[in-house]
Amino acid sequence: MTKLKLLLLAALIVFLICLPSFTGKYLLYMTIQILILSVFALGFNLLLGYTGLLSFGQAGFFAVGAYACAKILLVIPSLLIGTVAGAAMGGIAALILGYLCVRHSRIYFSMLTLSFGMMIYSLAWKWREVTGGDDGLVGIPRAPFGIPGVFSIDMSSMGRYYYFVLIISLIAIFILYRIINSPFGLTLKGIRDSENRVAFAGISIRNYRLLSFTIAGLYAGLAGSLLPPLENTVTPPLAHWTHSAEPVMVTLLGGIHTFSGPIVGSVIFYLLKDIIVRVTQYWLIWFGAIVVFLVLVFRGGIVVFFSDRIMPLLKRP
Amino acid sequence: MYLWLLSAGLTLVFGVLGVLNFAQGSLFMLGAYATFTLYGKLGLNFWLSIILSLICVGVIGAVLERFFLRRIYDIDLPYQLILTFGFILVFDDLVKMVWGGVAMIPPMPRFFEGNIPVFGRPFPIYNLFISFAGLAVALVLWLILEKTWWGRMIRASASDREMASAIGINIPMLFTTVFVFAAMLTALGGALGTPVRVVAPGIGTAMIIQAFVITVIGGLGNLKGAFVGALIVGILTSYGILLFPIFELFIIFVVMAVVLMVKPEGLFGK
Repeated sequence: MTKLKLLLLAALIVFLICLPSFTGKYLLYMTIQILILSVFALGFNLLLGYTGLLSFGQAGFFAVGAYACAKILLVIPSLLIGTVAGAAMGGIAALILGYLCVRHSRIYFSMLTLSFGMMIYSLAWKWREVTGGDDGLVGIPRAPFGIPGVFSIDMSSMGRYYYFVLIISLIAIFILYRIINSPFGLTLKGIRDSENRVAFAGISIRNYRLLSFTIAGLYAGLAGSLLPPLENTVTPPLAHWTHSAEPVMVTLLGGIHTFSGPIVGSVIFYLLKDIIVRVTQYWLIWFGAIVVFLVLVFRGGIVVFFSDRIMPLLKRP
Repeated sequence: MYLWLLSAGLTLVFGVLGVLNFAQGSLFMLGAYATFTLYGKLGLNFWLSIILSLICVGVIGAVLERFFLRRIYDIDLPYQLILTFGFILVFDDLVKMVWGGVAMIPPMPRFFEGNIPVFGRPFPIYNLFISFAGLAVALVLWLILEKTWWGRMIRASASDREMASAIGINIPMLFTTVFVFAAMLTALGGALGTPVRVVAPGIGTAMIIQAFVITVIGGLGNLKGAFVGALIVGILTSYGILLFPIFELFIIFVVMAVVLMVKPEGLFGK
């Protein structure tokens, strides 16, 4: 990381911290959504961009996290416990299902994750006693942060909750950054580029893939658990496969193989949505068209486009 | 049986072009909407409206293949999936824009009303007709692929694209025609389904996922497998609703996952 980049990063974080003091509720709400999607997509990109596995069932783990957090918040009003439990449940679900998924790669892996994701969806939709069926779970409190009886910080205002999400996301992003630049991350990249060579080096590809899948599930669960306190409801469409496509799109939009790609993609996703929705209610047409255009024209994603094309232009005097 | 037609289209595209086309469900939806408009709204003859909608969807298919899919045959899988997913978004909203977001139920053609006794039980004529139509399509498909020159060219390029091109088969042209053909098959499924199903914007995404299950069970790119897969899923769904209504959808995906884990190439894969 160069000095310039660090400086930019610090500026961005300061900007995010100061955001509530000069914007309204709506923008905060949108930023929270962006942060949630970023965490979700970053976890997903560990799989796609760094391990070379395309999962189409991430929404399943997202929903597991969301439902777990919602269930807990309805009983114990503690945001901390809810979030930790949501992330843990997402990770556990990913560990169990991942064990079955990682023996395949390429299209069979995608199909298998798709079917598991849809299983979770059908459970959320039909298993009325636990998940509330197609009504979902409603009336989830934005509970105070803390451990009951020890300490607690009130979270009911949007500004407070924004800080909570911001801090959690920053920590999550930082940890993932460290993971990717650790020997473990390098091994994953090795697996992506040449499965056989890594296997010859005596490394169990399956275990590494499984671990990567579990981390991705953990992040999806974490992202999911941040949602119910914001929306106060959870509904089955969270687990539907069309929701799984969201991290895929933002990752490709921002740039696969780059760390910041999913974050940039998430920002652009919500900005585009916001701009287009002002003009027409049929925003998906335009978004779909943009996706098609991106795939056909610049496939590396926006981050790569900037660092390869724009930056050299700026550096040239 | 509508599922079989949709899966047949999906299978053909995957088997020959090598692209897993999410947007096949949208073509199904377009076929349904086109028939609904021509037959239900404009009051054209039922058969004529089916034929006209097939032509419409065929043209759309040709455009999709010629200008978009053709450029992505050689790129990575995620991009292919995402491109076709982009089409879904476009078509879904387009349909909402043109027809509105409300589910509609088109009228049944008069000559299909009523029941005939089969094995002593009353059976709706239309269901019987659909079953025979599905079987007929299966037969025709098999004849085309196995017995005609065009079918031979398709099989040749499915198994080795470069070799087929080397012996003088016009691959781009062939791919376009195959895609159009598959689009029309799929649209036929949508069109035939209109009198008994609702026509709503979401049916594309709902159907494609079932078609994925079917093609996976039967083996990706395998037509015979798709036929059997459609039967299995159809039976599972109807008995599933009767026996355990809560887990009907769940079971279908369990079957899909089990097939993928045990025999990823499908029941009829080699």
